[in-house]
Amino acid sequence: MGHQLICDLRLLTSMKFTIVILGAPYTDEAAESAFRFTQAALEKNHQIYRLFFYHDGVHNASSLITLPQDEIQPAQRWANLIAQYDLEAIVCIASSLRRGLLNETEAKRFSKPASNLTPGFKLAGLGDLVDAAQQSDRLITFGPTS
Amino acid sequence: MILHTVNKSPYSSQCLSDCLNRVSAGDKVILIEDGVYGATIATDALPSLHSFIQRLLASQVGFYTLRPDAEARGLEAISEQSAFKLLSDHEFVDLVVEANKVLNWY
Repeated sequence: MGHQLICDLRLLTSMKFTIVILGAPYTDEAAESAFRFTQAALEKNHQIYRLFFYHDGVHNASSLITLPQDEIQPAQRWANLIAQYDLEAIVCIASSLRRGLLNETEAKRFSKPASNLTPGFKLAGLGDLVDAAQQSDRLITFGPTS
Repeated sequence: MILHTVNKSPYSSQCLSDCLNRVSAGDKVILIEDGVYGATIATDALPSLHSFIQRLLASQVGFYTLRPDAEARGLEAISEQSAFKLLSDHEFVDLVVEANKVLNWY
């Protein structure tokens, strides 16, 4: 009885979540699962402390992914959710540079011909993942499929 | 209670058995993505994993599948008949809230 009561009260509390995404669109299902989970958590009035895109997950932030109009645009779909709920979406800078994902500053710094980080996402370091692990009530990782 | 997520099929990966080897009494396991193929484990398919799951069920380990992922693979009926309870995305969030920690196996 007492235990049941504690569980029920917990479900009423708003919690701070951090979502870690390790998979690229198309190769992995991670981003699809993470997107659905994030949406469900927000609909249940939880807070998203941070979205952290790491390893191949950084590809989700590319504005150069080009698809037929009737297909889901991964970066834009995240960007819309980020804007709607004012979320913080961090893309690991070390993972990004290695995979050709750059913001304007990095493109200039390394004399690259283009930048492709979708507005709404921010490049930052692993310190932000450590901070998220400390500050969030729950951290959930969506790993790659392969 | 620790919530474990498993995202790979037991027919192509050690993910589920690695997870089950770490599960304690009272923990919960949710199969997501290709992990939902784990709901098809039976006495004639992967018998050792099947008996492992039966033993864990006896020590109050909860088993679940994520409904949208099971439906995407046509496995909701088999999941309903098995020990794996189907959960919506919202119920998955509730389970994460209820757990003290989440371990993700991938």
